[in-house]
Amino acid sequence: MTDVEEPRRRPTLAVWKFASCDGCQLTLLNCEDELLGLAGAVEIAYFPEATRAVVEGPYDLSLVEGSVTTPGDRERIQEVRAASRRLVTIGACATAGGIQALRNFADVEEFTAAVYAHPEYIATLDRSTPISAHVRVDYELRGCPIDRVQLLEVIAAFLHRRKPRISGESVCMECKRRGNVCVTVAHGTPCLGPVTHAGCGALCPSYDRGCYGCFGPAETTNTVSLARRLRELDMSERDVARVFATFNAATPAFAAESARHEAAAPAAGGDR
Amino acid sequence: MTHADDGSREITVETLARVEGEGAMRILVEDGKVADVQLRIYEPPRFFEALLRGRGHTEPPDITSRICGICPVAYEMSACLAIEDACGVTVPEEVRLLRRLLYCGEWIESHTLHVYLLHLPDFLGYPGVVEMSADHRELVERGLRLKHAGNALMALVGGRAVHPVNVRVGGFYRLTTAAELAQLRPLLVRALDDALATVTTVAGLEFADFEQDAYEYVALRTGTDYPIEAGSFVTSGGGAFPARDFDAWVTEHHVAHSNALHASLRDVGPYVVGPLARYSLNHDRLPPTARQAADAAGLGPVCRNPFRSIVVRAVELVTACEEALRIIDGWSDGGVPSVPVPARAGVGYGATEAPRGVLYHRYELAEDGRVLDARIVPPTSQNLASIELDLRAFVQPRLDLDLDELTRRCEQAVRNYDPCISCATHFLDLTVEHV
Repeated sequence: MTDVEEPRRRPTLAVWKFASCDGCQLTLLNCEDELLGLAGAVEIAYFPEATRAVVEGPYDLSLVEGSVTTPGDRERIQEVRAASRRLVTIGACATAGGIQALRNFADVEEFTAAVYAHPEYIATLDRSTPISAHVRVDYELRGCPIDRVQLLEVIAAFLHRRKPRISGESVCMECKRRGNVCVTVAHGTPCLGPVTHAGCGALCPSYDRGCYGCFGPAETTNTVSLARRLRELDMSERDVARVFATFNAATPAFAAESARHEAAAPAAGGDR
Repeated sequence: MTHADDGSREITVETLARVEGEGAMRILVEDGKVADVQLRIYEPPRFFEALLRGRGHTEPPDITSRICGICPVAYEMSACLAIEDACGVTVPEEVRLLRRLLYCGEWIESHTLHVYLLHLPDFLGYPGVVEMSADHRELVERGLRLKHAGNALMALVGGRAVHPVNVRVGGFYRLTTAAELAQLRPLLVRALDDALATVTTVAGLEFADFEQDAYEYVALRTGTDYPIEAGSFVTSGGGAFPARDFDAWVTEHHVAHSNALHASLRDVGPYVVGPLARYSLNHDRLPPTARQAADAAGLGPVCRNPFRSIVVRAVELVTACEEALRIIDGWSDGGVPSVPVPARAGVGYGATEAPRGVLYHRYELAEDGRVLDARIVPPTSQNLASIELDLRAFVQPRLDLDLDELTRRCEQAVRNYDPCISCATHFLDLTVEHV
């Protein structure tokens, strides 16, 4: 609306990858209907998965996928932050350490005992950490993977210098709005919906499956109460421990609940 | 990239663009001869095999899908087959068909991503698809439309396009209905037309004169169909073995410059998996429209030029659309979504054809279903040694090219394999530096 006289420089967008599966940056390329329009609204300045061309930073908006797991990446995230006016993490790896953060809870001695032919070729850290453990983060988008519509909302919000309209409520709210019958109440299916961050549109219950928590904890959670219900639904202590220890295992709410049930589980020979 | 006066030069690309994951390429030339070629994989390892230990036997499909956001269905399918094998369970025919349909969606999505967004810019001379769209808008829109059809199929059958939620050991949580599939059908009819147009487009590209006569092809094969969600191994050298013998046929070794292992076929050495191998070993299994498209593109029953892999991928796009429509048209409601898979002690093997080539899983389970050991061999790690051999053979006769041009064409030679580096590095174990 303003600056009609002068052609406005398009904001620059950079996409960075750390330890991850590529699925969240693929979500950007999965915006088939919006991709060319987006490329008109922003200058895609650094996105190696999509283009060889590289525009020098600094960048107006950096999207960061993946967690920090190597000494080199620990340095690189500092450079990315320094080159970025706004930095948004996309997905469970960048926001919570990802599935690879399960190493954080492993017996490191035992983990390293399962060595490959030449472990000296590999450099890695003993923990997988979210981007926010290393640098200031302007916004964290949740999900394993992120939701396409939420990604577009976050990009639009940052381009217009407003707050993303993304709710911190639980999956239960989305499920009710979608008109689903509750899988736990109706069928006794264990479901993490009451403690899981909304954003997927209550996908799993729509497919007759209990939520398995890939968006991580909602803003406010009562995992203790939910875990009690899961036990009533015949899940073993070990199963309850496992269900909180997946793609967002390192988030405080899920890590604590998992640890409580891991401690209560009977020791199994050779279990790790 | 450097160019010294003494006839030695080094071609280096620190970040390979338009591949999935993080890799670098280094080619060293001394006295006019290619002295060393390294595809260096620096993508951080994520240790999936280690973290699978101790998990329940129903968990590997969801967990291993997180190895790769581009081919999550492949991981879910190979994991399901291996666990079901370990537990002695066979799934009903409607489950097999719906798995094949979901997998068709992944082939369409993944192949279109590679053909249009990652590979085609090399042939047409653009750094990426956005730049390409300025001059070839309709072409790019066709690619995005095709990709959307693949994603829509995955979203319907699997719940979402990345890490589908509807897959479980034993089948699905919910069977897709005939009414839902009928609604999706027009999108796939259009996709079949778009796939056929894609074959015509890419068949008209210019290809480097480069044949890899010596390489061994390895792919799955079935009694009836083009191999996607099932099959038994065959090799171009006449070998044939079931998934359970994979470990005896394939060894992996760890090389210093890479975070991925290199695979080697017994008595042969490096081998190739993926579209070229699959096509050349299964030309007689192509459905009719795909076979016609391949003939019209002048492919012949065997293709040994990796630069033509883009044509083979396009033919496989036709195959996936045609197969999807066949399954949709034959679908009737009323089957069971899944069968129970009670845990038992044992070892199970599973292999399916990921878009980039055969993906092998093996699990050893305890009596209560706990995973005691897991082995996963993704397609890209099977191809790495061959990619390096390709580069070596490709560069030698082209050393007189301008360095920028040679570098660009070497990158293209790597992209011929659509390497998925995220997949290739998932499994290495570690040295630990404490933070």
